[in-house]
Parts: sequence; C-alpha cells; structure tokens
Amino acid sequence: MKKITIDPITRLEGHGKIEIFLNKEGEVENAYFQVPELRGFEKFCEGRPVEELPAIVAKICGVCPGCHHMASGKAVDAVFGVEPPPTAKKLRELFYMAHFVHSHTAHFYALAAPDFVVGPTAPAAKRNILGVIEVVGKEIGTEVIKQRRIAQEIQALLGGHQTFVVMNIPGGVRKGLTERERDDIVEKAKGFIEFANFTLKIFNDIVLGNKEYVDIILNGPYSLKLHSMGLVDKNNKVNFYDGKVRVVDTEGKELYKYSETEYLDYVAEHVEPWSYLKFPFLKKIGWKGFVDGQNSGLYHATPLSRLNAADGMATAMAQKEYERMYSTLGGKPVHATLAMHWARLIELLYSAERCLELAMDPDITGKELRAKLGPIPGEGVGIVEAQRGTLTHHYWTDDKGLVTKVNIIVGTTNNNGAICMSIKKAAEGFIKKGVEVTDGILNMIEMAFRAYDPCFSCATHSLPGQMSMILEIRDHNGKLVKRIIRD
Amino acid sequence: MEGSKSKLKLAVYWASACGGCCVSVLDVHEKLFDVIAAADLVFWPIALDIKYKDVEEMPDNHIDVTLFNGAVRNSENEHMAKLLRKKTKILVAYGSCSHLGGIPGLANFSTKEDIFRRVYEESESVINPEKTRPLPEYKVKEGTLEIPVFYNDVRTLSQTVDVDYFLPGCPPQTERLLEVFTAIVSGAELPPKGSVIGAESKAQCDECIRKKTENKLIKKFYRPWEVTDDGETCFLEQGIICMGPATRAGCGYRCIKGNAPCRGCYGPISDAVDPGAKMMSAIANIVDAKEPEDIQRVLEDVVDPAGVFYRFSLPSSLIRRTLS
Repeated sequence: MKKITIDPITRLEGHGKIEIFLNKEGEVENAYFQVPELRGFEKFCEGRPVEELPAIVAKICGVCPGCHHMASGKAVDAVFGVEPPPTAKKLRELFYMAHFVHSHTAHFYALAAPDFVVGPTAPAAKRNILGVIEVVGKEIGTEVIKQRRIAQEIQALLGGHQTFVVMNIPGGVRKGLTERERDDIVEKAKGFIEFANFTLKIFNDIVLGNKEYVDIILNGPYSLKLHSMGLVDKNNKVNFYDGKVRVVDTEGKELYKYSETEYLDYVAEHVEPWSYLKFPFLKKIGWKGFVDGQNSGLYHATPLSRLNAADGMATAMAQKEYERMYSTLGGKPVHATLAMHWARLIELLYSAERCLELAMDPDITGKELRAKLGPIPGEGVGIVEAQRGTLTHHYWTDDKGLVTKVNIIVGTTNNNGAICMSIKKAAEGFIKKGVEVTDGILNMIEMAFRAYDPCFSCATHSLPGQMSMILEIRDHNGKLVKRIIRD
Repeated sequence: MEGSKSKLKLAVYWASACGGCCVSVLDVHEKLFDVIAAADLVFWPIALDIKYKDVEEMPDNHIDVTLFNGAVRNSENEHMAKLLRKKTKILVAYGSCSHLGGIPGLANFSTKEDIFRRVYEESESVINPEKTRPLPEYKVKEGTLEIPVFYNDVRTLSQTVDVDYFLPGCPPQTERLLEVFTAIVSGAELPPKGSVIGAESKAQCDECIRKKTENKLIKKFYRPWEVTDDGETCFLEQGIICMGPATRAGCGYRCIKGNAPCRGCYGPISDAVDPGAKMMSAIANIVDAKEPEDIQRVLEDVVDPAGVFYRFSLPSSLIRRTLS
C-alpha cells in the first residue's frame, strides 16, 4: 500500500506527522495523525514545592505559557484552600486577556492567514507571514506586529517576563498595578478593540468575500459533527478565566455542566500505540473510537466549540459578531472546522473589550494582592480556557506542600481525536483516483489541523553513569561546615 | 524563502522544546523587516512550510546559522541535531534546553519507565486496562506506523553534536539575539568556538536591580508564600531562595521585575562551576550561625534544593540524573 508522509506538519506549535495510506486505486484507505513527542511534566513536577509549579508548567508551552500559569495558579490556590482577593483575580484576568490578544493575533496572521490571504495552493515558499505581508502591504504588517508587541508588553508589565510570566503566588499575585500603568493599559486596550475589528474586517473581505473560500468552509471536506466544550460564566457566556465547563451535544443541547473538581467524572483519556498523545473522550459516553455524530464520545474544545457551548459573549461588540457568525453559517451549533478561524477572531474582539473593562475596573489598582493562607489541605484543581481548549491542572501535595502527583489535560489534547478525524476527512476529500497529489493538496490537508491552532508542545515533556563530586559548604567566615562526597 | 546568494541563510529548529524560543525570535517585533532584509529564513517549522525532506536535500553547510532550541529527548531530536549539524556552518545551542537541558531536563530525576507508567497508566483520567503504550513501530492493517524512540535520558545539544556557540536563556532575551545576529551579519570577528554568547560573564547579583546590604546575614529561609516580599530588597536577604549568585547575568532581570526570584535559566557563570555547588556555598555564606549543626538546621529550610538549584541544568550538571 502506498504511503504519503507529511513530516513535519508546519505552521503550528510543536511536532506532528501525517501518514496517509492509499489503496491500489489511489484512494485514501486511512490517514493517521501522529504526535511524536512527550516530555512528562506530570512525572518531573513530583517532588517540587507546589508554589514553584505555576512557573515550571508555564514551560509546557512558550506560545500559551500564560494559560498553564493561570490553570496552575488556580490549582495551587485550591491546594491551599483559598480564593485570591478581587484585585488579584482581576489582575490575573487582565493579564490573560493580553495573552489571548498575543496568541490569537499570532495564530491568525502568522499561522492561518497564509492559507487564505496567499492562498491554499500557493507555492510553499510564499505560504507564510512574509507572504501575507507581501499581499496586504507593509503598513498593515507593521500594525499587526505592533499590536502583538503591545500585548507582550502588557504581559511583561503584569507578569515580569513577557513570555514566561511569574505572576502567581499561592492566593494571589506578586505585583500590583499603579494608576499610571492602568491609564496606559486603558489606551492600549482601546487600540486592541480597533485592531480586532479591523482583523474581522480583513476576514470578512478576504475570506467571506471570496465565494470559493466560503464554499470550501461550508461544503468542503472540513466538517465534523462532534460535541462542543467550553468554559461559561454564570450567565452561560464565554469566559476564559473562570466558571463552569459546559458540554453541548452535536445538536447544541446541554449535556453536562461541571465545576473544576468534578472533571474526572466527565472526561477520560484513551491511549493508542501509534501516538505519544492521549485521546480524551466524554467518560459517560465512553470511548467509541474515531467516529463522529451524536453517539460519538469525542468532543472538541476550540474557539468554535466555546461559542457553540455558550449562549453568547459577555461584551457588546463580540456579541454582535457572534450573532452575525451564526446567522451567516445557518444557526447553532456550527460544525464547519474552518469556522474556528472566525470564532477565534470573535474571541480576539472579546479579549480586547474585556481587557478594557478590567483596566477600567476600580478594583484593578487595589493594594490587597494576596489572600491569607491557612493549613495545606493538599489537593486542588484549576481549569481555564487556553486559546487551544479547556485546560485542566490537578495537583496533590503532602502536608508540606511538596507535590506528590500531577494530572494535566491540555487544551490541544482534548482535540486529538477530532484532529485525527478532520485530517482523514480532508485527505479523503482531496485525494481522489487519478488526481495528482500536489503540494497544494497536501497543504489543504494540513489546513484541517491548522484550524484547531494545535499546540503539540503543550500536548505532550545525562547520560548514564555518575560523576564524582565533592561539595564543600562553608559558613560566612569561610569555615568548613559540611563536605559531601559522591563517587 | 530563498533570495539573493549574498544574504545570510538562517534556520530555526525546535527539538524537545516548548516554542518559547521561537516566540523570542518572533519578539523581534518591528525589527523583523531588518532581519529579513539581511537574512533568508530557510527552515522554521513554526512559520514556514519547509519539510524535513527539503532539509535533507540541502547541500552540506548550506545554512549559515541554525538556532537550535530544545533538548534531545528522543531519536527524532537526535537525528535532526545531526542533520542540522551537517547542513550548518554555525550551529548555535539556542536557549536553556539546548544549552543545559532546561526544564524538560528535570525528567532526569526519573526514568522513562516512571514517566510512561505515570502518563499512560496511573494518571487519574486514563482508562487503559490493556496497558497500551506508544511504540516506536506499530503495525496497523494498512501498514506500519513509526514514532521516535523516547530515550531514558534528556541530553543537551553539545552532548549530542559539536556546537559552535551557546546562547542561553529561557528563552534568550530577544535584544541579545539581535545583538548576536547583527554581529554575524556585519561580519564582525566572532568569539572562539564553544563560547557563550549573548550573555554576561558576571553573576546576576553583580548588577541586580534589588537593594543589597553588605554582609547581611539571615537566620531562616522561607518559602515565598510564608513572607511578604517588600518588592525592593535582595530576595536572599529576605530569606527567599534566589539563584542570582550562581547565574550568569544578561536576561534583563525579567523575573525579578515581576517580583519573583531567579531560577537560573541563563545557566552557571562558567561551565566550570556547578550551579548546585555554587548555590550551597553562596547560601551557607549568608547564614547567621556559627555551629555546623545550627547552619545545617537553617539549610534544612531550603526545600527541594536539587529541583531549585538544577531547575534548568540537570542534564549538564555534575549530577546529570538520579540513579534508579
């Protein structure tokens, strides 16, 4: 049987590989999406002081470190049995909105837009951010770069490090915001709103204004009927930082709504021997294999699934765009994989509006940054929406707060089964008997995973022998206190 | 992405990495236009559709500079390290993982078996009665599927191939990257092979933005949540463990600006100094006690010393791993 390999898949975060098997007729017999790596954070976080985890787990992913930092911060709060004071909570969410602006902007312009702005079958050498800038012009390119830079600067201001934020401490945050800094963020957030609206206009003109693209989105082999997951606030509106996890079925009917500590009742993970990445599924339905439809145990956790799972957006402009998307695409829920790009931009607008709301909140410059900690109860769960899906961190510690066990279900991991199926469907849709398999066709298969904005860095984590070592510990007078010899 | 022949050919590759190093490249922001005016990006999986086969087809030494980030965790990482070594004139170990092993290097505190058992069998959310585990080769009905072999140990890039330079940091500060890039493009004379570039040769403490009192001694070490940091005094003087004394400067004090103590991502001040040994002597030096047993008692407040002192450097340290 002939095998076509795409290795590595590109314009995403992390490693992945696609194997497509063709039968004698040249049609797709099967297609596999494989994740070739693992780092094992769950294991090597054991033994660490739990307060170190928000910074350690941020290194799961350099593109969405803030998500792990936040889920971890919430899990650590829970380990100590405390809620951060309102100022701390709002500062975290403010940081988090800037984080969404950075990540959604980077994904749309650098990773996704080449397929639409430059074209799905354009030469490979042109399908990238530089090709996009060639088409839209340097002025727009500079504006995109500038807005993403500003989002990074807000993160650095609140979290110390522009990428690997060090904001969270058990029960709160390490640093407050001054009035002057707040005023600056207010101005920047207004810029984000303008930029998000502008980006939606680009999407409208270039993608929705092109009949061919709309046809691919709605009628191409990019549709997959699965259940939808997303975090919602008390009004069932999309929220990224806090709330309950809601799952709606393929018809849009609520299946479950659960709080952080209940996640193990609703989600489980399956293992396949051909990928390092596990396959989450809805536990009450069970693992039914790689099938879609109402009886499937698979779900997706993406910008689109968040919009599907919620009753709307909590900010005015994003709500309007939400309504426009569903009325254009024929009502809720939407199962067109490529509509994830549209949903992502609606979330970009929500993040920008919410950023402004939070910056203008009187609590945001408050001085109470940390809750008083009690004794360590020793177990905690934190859930946030990462850009790439619902993110769960669950920690257990001993009575000193040293980690004994860690369980993490990452945003992208939720979508592993869905991505496998989307790739197979796209391969079946584009590779036909007698059709030459070109680079353009292979890219259109890759577009099926790119819509999910997957992050396989997130999803996945000496040499033998021992060297002799002498360690001398001296006091401040230079007197030898202890000598440790290893040989 | 290939343009004129005189332009620098630049590649960026991730092995066992998180993507943060690639983001640090993206964080050149508006200077991107200067970078692409001086260099052609010939391989960068996060941003460009160039595949492994395209790299295989490049002549040897085709790439002028490769920024190799990520540790060597599996057979694919090792293969790519060797391939890019062959195709590259100047191979740079970019970032903590490639330089020292980084955070993924903490896995050397455990074994492959421990990791697989936890991730695929014991995890509270896994349902796997068959105890299925990922296999390097697996036969499906259509043919054979392969995934890389997961090694027992995490290795650094220089423990795998010959490395020209080391650019430290988790991730390297973008300003440092730009300085190095400008030096290479301008044809400036480069430091001797094997040098650490884009960082200082002194310790973080030497120029720290926090206030330090001469000879201040402390009686007790605290966990960060046990005390209220005043936001301006040296962490160690407040009894909070900070890796500053054992860490090379050059990061821009990013974590310190966020009121968090240093964790050593820029690595030891020189390759000859083990960060754990350096930290033990540094903290023993500031303990206000005379008798060995008193000093010992104060040092016992330091929780998880190995995990803190070797946070970014376990595979490259004298310890290298825990023995099972």
